[in-house]
Amino acid sequence: MSKNAHSARSDQTQKGQQEQILKVENLRKTFGGITAVADVSFHVEKGSITGLIGPNGAGKSTTFDLITGVQRPDGGEVEFNDTEITGYRSDQVANQGLVRTFQIARELSEMTVLENLLLAPQNQAGEAVWRAVLPRARTKVVEQEKELREQAWEMLELFEIEHVAHESAGNLSGGQRKLLEMARVLMTDPEMVLLDEPLAGVNPTLEEKLIDRLHTLKERGYTFLFVEHDMDVIMNNCDTVIVMHQGSVLTEGQPEAVKNNDRVLDAYLGEEVKI
Amino acid sequence: MSTGSIQARAEGWLGNNDVRLLVALALAIGGLYALFSVVLGFQLNGTVNTLRRVAFLSAIYAMLALALNLQWGYAGLFNLGAAGFMAIGVYTMGILAAPVTASPPGFGLPLPVAIVAAILVTGVVGGLAALPAIRLRADYLAIVTVAFSEIVRLTLRAPEFANTRIAGVAFGTGGATGLSLPSNPIRILFYTDPAATAPAPNALGAAMFSAVEPLGIEQTLVIGWAYVVVLCLCLGLLYWLMIRIGKSPFGRVLKSIREDQQVTQALGKDTRLFKIKTFALGCALMGLIAILWRLSGGYASPRMFKPIQTFYIFIALFIGGTGSPTGSIVGGALFASLLFEGPSFVRRVVAEYLQLSNAPDTLVGALAELGTLDVTPLLAYSVQDVSISALRLMLLGTVLVYLMQRHPDGLLGHRKAIASSVDLAQQATREDDNE
Repeated sequence: MSKNAHSARSDQTQKGQQEQILKVENLRKTFGGITAVADVSFHVEKGSITGLIGPNGAGKSTTFDLITGVQRPDGGEVEFNDTEITGYRSDQVANQGLVRTFQIARELSEMTVLENLLLAPQNQAGEAVWRAVLPRARTKVVEQEKELREQAWEMLELFEIEHVAHESAGNLSGGQRKLLEMARVLMTDPEMVLLDEPLAGVNPTLEEKLIDRLHTLKERGYTFLFVEHDMDVIMNNCDTVIVMHQGSVLTEGQPEAVKNNDRVLDAYLGEEVKI
Repeated sequence: MSTGSIQARAEGWLGNNDVRLLVALALAIGGLYALFSVVLGFQLNGTVNTLRRVAFLSAIYAMLALALNLQWGYAGLFNLGAAGFMAIGVYTMGILAAPVTASPPGFGLPLPVAIVAAILVTGVVGGLAALPAIRLRADYLAIVTVAFSEIVRLTLRAPEFANTRIAGVAFGTGGATGLSLPSNPIRILFYTDPAATAPAPNALGAAMFSAVEPLGIEQTLVIGWAYVVVLCLCLGLLYWLMIRIGKSPFGRVLKSIREDQQVTQALGKDTRLFKIKTFALGCALMGLIAILWRLSGGYASPRMFKPIQTFYIFIALFIGGTGSPTGSIVGGALFASLLFEGPSFVRRVVAEYLQLSNAPDTLVGALAELGTLDVTPLLAYSVQDVSISALRLMLLGTVLVYLMQRHPDGLLGHRKAIASSVDLAQQATREDDNE
């Protein structure tokens, strides 16, 4: 993608008085001889639901990994809320308010659903050993735990999984695990959530529920960027769609425009597409 | 009644109350060794001393298992260098507390100061040792720590450091001959001047000694039991500490690190810091426990800190089940009483009642006779005094294989304590809101 196209687009968005929460510029990552992410640049608007699509191997998950510090980029920049976070460790990224879920739900299976949720909030007083142990300091910990417990129950209700609150997360169904993972990242009180295929393996009823929550949360001010393969879901729910192909951004724009883009179709049909 | 239902009833009665479980275990072990003593015809003094020794070792291994459980059971940090950290604790204390005039000379610090300094040093060294490996997978930490513990042991044994002078300060490890430690500090409770060669008892000492003298119980045994009582108090404190940690938000993070470090990190936890803190804390505790262990004997030697010492603690932990503090105590006590001390008592009972002679010189020789379906040579070999450590190792191996196959979780590892400082089932304020 050329620099010119880029600045043109940001001009456009600035006219619309939109604030950009995440800016990715020329991100690059190679594994040996394979270029997983060649040159990825895109912006995400605050308070939007943005879809990230592309054929398998387009570099979507690697892009997520590079943004969230799971892997270090070989080049490029990531800016979140006007702070450059390129090369941050994943815990530092999360502490900035940018959290992610994983493609395969990674619940902490030995822990109960509630424990999973209580783990997530940042800056817990009881995460310092001495406060967790010393009687005086512990009163503060207990108070905070009570608050978090309330939050956790509210979150369980939002996702309608209260009935499995005390279940080991490993005993949940695939769909419930996806719900748990969403609930858990939200417990970190983020500004933006990256969802890696949140609907994979989820039945249609549950899928509807999840999408419904996504819109509820958007109303509350959260920003979402999510990878998804179901075109209907993307087209019906996203404000903006970014299409990746062979490690680069092929196009981005309104769902309608992307849908009618021939090059997107070609890319999905496995034809050669010039980027 | 089938064994299954007996087991179920026993679990029903014992399983839901940890204090009851631990008391029952202590009584069972005490009963077993009282029986051994009767069978072997011990006097009262001998019986009480046997019980003291078993209680002492059980308490020490229970504490060691608790400390290792913090690292391995809670956080999944595979510390194969426990013996090395124990050695650092004991030797730091010993060198700091040894009188300047002694040979090898020390720093002459008061014992409490030396102990606190030793705990701090062990913790810091533990944190530093873990630093290069903490970002790698668990197996690398295991390799680094086992190598580290051997480096520590060989350094302590090296003649170069036995009695040395660095930057004008003279001190020494005593090398292979070992290091004298301060005398048992518990003596101060019973003697007016514990350092004297023939100390005079104080009021408490006089009362205690004269009370047990008619029973034929020696003064040293009173002191020994007093030390065991102090150990049990330490054990109780450590147990409480571990439960507190396990139920805290800190413990929750450790639990999640053990399961999936990447997820924990993605939720904003600096897992490296948590791991280093936990490792350092566990090592500091091991240093302290090793000090408690060796102070009663008044002597330390590099021989005591071989890697097998680390494996003993791991076996204790595996028996009890990783992750459960109660399990660590059960495992430590069972290991010390049945596996560590048990074989030599069984040997003595067998030797007392079966007159076996002509024991083969080697295990191979003893096993070869099995070809003729004659088990006597093997039995005779096994009950020799010198082969007890071989027998113990065989027993340990068998127990480990059995555990791995039948009870990979150990006795109490299946238990799941909820990592939270509050009862998560309660949602009191919310219900109030609804009303």
